[in-house]
Amino acid sequence: MAKHETPLLDELEKGPWPSFVTDIKRQAEKKPECWDILGQVELSYKERITHWKHGGIVGVFGYGGGIVGRYSDMPKRFPGVEHFHTVRLAQPASKYYTTKHLRDICDLWEKYGSGMTNMHGSTGDIIMLGCRTEALEPFFYELTHNIQQDLGGSGSNLRTPANCLGQSRCEWACYDTEEACHHLTMHYQDEIHRPAFPYKFKFKFSGCPNDCVAAIARSDVAVIGTWRDNIRIDQAAVKEYVAGNIPGNGGAHAGRDWGKFDIQKEVIALCPTECMWMEGGELKIDDSECTRCMHCINVMPKALRPGADQGATICCGAKAPILDGAQFATLIVPFMKASADNEFEELIEFIEKIWDWWMEVGKNRERVGETMQRIGLPTFIKVMDLEPIPQHIKEPRSNPYVFWQEEEVEGGFERDVDEFRARHAA
Amino acid sequence: MAYDPANPMSDRISDIGPRYYSDFHPPVIKANKGKWLWHEITQPGVLVHKSETGDECWTVRVGAARLISIELIREMCDIADKHCEGFFRFTTRNNVEFMVDSKAKVQPLLDDLASRGNKFPVGGTGAGVTNIVHTQGWVHCHTPATDASGVVKAVMDELFDYFTSMTLPAQVRIALACCLNMCGAVHASDIAILGVHRKPPMIDHKRITGVCELPLAISACPLGAVKPAKATVNGEEVKTVTVNAERCMFCGNCYTMCPAMPLADPEGDGIAILVGGKVSNSRTAPKFSKLVIPFLPNTPPRWPETVAAVKGILEAYAKDARKYERVGEWAERIGWEKFFEKCDIPFTIKSIDDYRLAYDTWRTTTQFKYTSHVK
Repeated sequence: MAKHETPLLDELEKGPWPSFVTDIKRQAEKKPECWDILGQVELSYKERITHWKHGGIVGVFGYGGGIVGRYSDMPKRFPGVEHFHTVRLAQPASKYYTTKHLRDICDLWEKYGSGMTNMHGSTGDIIMLGCRTEALEPFFYELTHNIQQDLGGSGSNLRTPANCLGQSRCEWACYDTEEACHHLTMHYQDEIHRPAFPYKFKFKFSGCPNDCVAAIARSDVAVIGTWRDNIRIDQAAVKEYVAGNIPGNGGAHAGRDWGKFDIQKEVIALCPTECMWMEGGELKIDDSECTRCMHCINVMPKALRPGADQGATICCGAKAPILDGAQFATLIVPFMKASADNEFEELIEFIEKIWDWWMEVGKNRERVGETMQRIGLPTFIKVMDLEPIPQHIKEPRSNPYVFWQEEEVEGGFERDVDEFRARHAA
Repeated sequence: MAYDPANPMSDRISDIGPRYYSDFHPPVIKANKGKWLWHEITQPGVLVHKSETGDECWTVRVGAARLISIELIREMCDIADKHCEGFFRFTTRNNVEFMVDSKAKVQPLLDDLASRGNKFPVGGTGAGVTNIVHTQGWVHCHTPATDASGVVKAVMDELFDYFTSMTLPAQVRIALACCLNMCGAVHASDIAILGVHRKPPMIDHKRITGVCELPLAISACPLGAVKPAKATVNGEEVKTVTVNAERCMFCGNCYTMCPAMPLADPEGDGIAILVGGKVSNSRTAPKFSKLVIPFLPNTPPRWPETVAAVKGILEAYAKDARKYERVGEWAERIGWEKFFEKCDIPFTIKSIDDYRLAYDTWRTTTQFKYTSHVK
């Protein structure tokens, strides 16, 4: 039985898309505090402003992240959401689940929380939405003891790493994104759970340059699969595409009549480096000119595959606009083998080199991309012990203001002005 | 054993991480990992992946609200137990994927999903609109300038046919973040719906000394608009801050650092629309979304202005763009002046950047197109 009138929210029960309002009402039949979620959100809809208080530090013993405190600013009117803390659970790589595990989580959340969740949060965690402070420790105890599941990250920590589903169900993944994600997540449990950084730090793992987990847009270290040999071509399948026997782009455009598949127009002409052509009925690629953008492979998945010598490109420093403006990650390592065989040793060494520098020079609440921008890419490249290469830049600088170091200039910076004046009258 | 409040650290388990992913792989995934050859979308929302072993994985993709109950998750589990050997997964865009190992099992799964009202819409593949990634909004956040789930529901209701079909020139990724913190990382989306504040923070002089580190509040401002100040509270002088409203860009970073500087406001807050971002490296480099509509009012419960703006942009793009062109690629090819004209969006001075690196966005060539903007 509804506790509050919700005429505005009820409008969101209409329409073809699944309704979160209907869903919360369904949950409220078992968890009455959900009526107060609806009541408070209805009030926000009426007044057009949030009714959640700012922050509140809560957590479980020994952890500095994973729980986000939240309190209603109208606890008397909506006692069910007086405390409404978020608990972040570390999601399994690729977000596959057994129904057993999900049911266990649901049962635990029914016992200790509101029953509402996000599947999943923006960073990738399972988000348990709304519980009281006194529920946190018993929830955590049963979470770890009974279902062998830990919290994720929040605050100035390593945030819960995330990956595209990679080789588990995609033919384009150039390394094992889920193993990389899981391995590093386990390796850095301390960094995930206890804040030690200037600000948040994110890893994301995408299997190919299509970047389905948006690593290049939102991670401090983006590991994006690539290859360094030739695109694998099945010429018989190319002929099938040309003949129109296989739908282009994996059938992604099937809903509109775009005309017969035209390899010249749809593949060759759209290649950003113009490195493809047809010759004697065969598709030719000058792989030395290819920048591995994925377009041709996306369009002809049965004919073209990434090369077989696979690894990852490492880019650093992406972030959303707060505060200095949005940044994409900058290419730092063009090709790195990313392999479970050596436990991602090279990647781990790379990451820790960044952390050593950033923890020393980074300002409070400064993402590493902002530190890179403040101090400069040349310094970052030196700190990382890398050779500067043209792949680091879009184009050379157009101003001449080079920070020459004294040791680079013959004779150094120390000069005698008297001796200068002896030869040059003022 | 159970939690003992008198002895909280006894028998404690910590730092065990997430469960091992491989234990959660459905059998067809486990058997074919790394062996996939190709995939095809056989109908909107249905994909087949073919392995070199000859195995097939058929996936049915279903849209879901990001905000979901354990009752709904249990219903998903029921479906997965019945059709998918007790496994399913979620995508990075809050879709749900049910996987089966043969084509024959697809139709019974689709029939089951369809029998459950509108809870499990099938789609979100290929050249269409997939699920909107979004943030918490008024359901759970303390800094939002708009709601999230409600706006998303209203937009997806209107764009529903694009979710269940593949008629667009390319995939269109829509994202919503309810304030400039952009937990939803909407800065690289084809169409971004962004909550914005437009009034400077108020200063709660009565509370500020108790709840804020003043130097942190001051240094939180990227434009130096927050300065130390003194105020009189109950006849006593207190240390506080003042905000130079002319310098304020309404980012809200001061409120993040200092709870005594709230800035949300029913009239001040609303939605900006940004377009043309992409994450993929396909054809062109990743692009940021660009601000084309600086403000639309918060009009719950269904935000008609925002819904109409998103739909207008989507339909102008659908009509005019070439096959494979993302929204941003289309806008760059035709020129942004044409974009505004074709979308029938009034160009305002608010779309001209005057923040850091702004110069990169100014036009420094004589090349332009004559549109109605040139009088």
